[in-house]
Amino acid sequence: MNENRPVNLDLSKFSFPFPALVSITHRIAGVILFVGTIFLLCALQDSLESAESFAAIKNSMTTGFGSFITWGLLSALAYHFVAGIKHLVMDLGIGEELKSAQIAASLVVVISGVLIVLAGVWVWA
Amino acid sequence: MGVSITNFSRSGLSDWLIQRFTAVVMALYTVFIVGYILSTPGLDYSQWKEFFECTGVRIFTLLALISVVAHAWIGMWIISTDYIKPAVLRFAFQATCFLTMFVFLVWGIDIIWGL
Repeated sequence: MNENRPVNLDLSKFSFPFPALVSITHRIAGVILFVGTIFLLCALQDSLESAESFAAIKNSMTTGFGSFITWGLLSALAYHFVAGIKHLVMDLGIGEELKSAQIAASLVVVISGVLIVLAGVWVWA
Repeated sequence: MGVSITNFSRSGLSDWLIQRFTAVVMALYTVFIVGYILSTPGLDYSQWKEFFECTGVRIFTLLALISVVAHAWIGMWIISTDYIKPAVLRFAFQATCFLTMFVFLVWGIDIIWGL
């Protein structure tokens, strides 16, 4: 066995290129969505229980602190969705060169940024 | 890279494929639900309940839920093997994720079909 293999890479000492930051954010958004599934299932349950609980969950999802959870989850969903589509496109062999990968990463940030703003309009307007 | 002895399907290729398939299912479901809500202004309880009483909507919702659980399992497993080095901690994290997903699945089925 080769004893000179690099081991225990210290991620905190890396300088990450832009597409790598887009990628790690995709992972973070995924974890947020996993945890957020608890809220989504609670909301689905309440919304289907009765007219009163439908009105109550609608109110708590669109006002106060709850509206920030709704917007946060929609934002994570929008980002994970767009970054995921980039993944699928890259599976087709598109966007694998340095330049095209940087363009693709920028597109993910711009498109998901627009969707996140629109999600805010949806929740609060 | 270590040998993956604990991932669910025991094959990186099938993990890769499941991750893509479930992603497409969830993307379509997201567009479907967001599209329904946006195209139904003033959505009220009776419309919403009627919508989820459709067998097709229930099946699609269950398919999306199973996709969430499978996709999240593969994703969280990859994250745990990338960032959590101590084996005991990693196993505890994976076990917690697994139990959480099991609860999501059973709870979700109860919500969708237990009306």
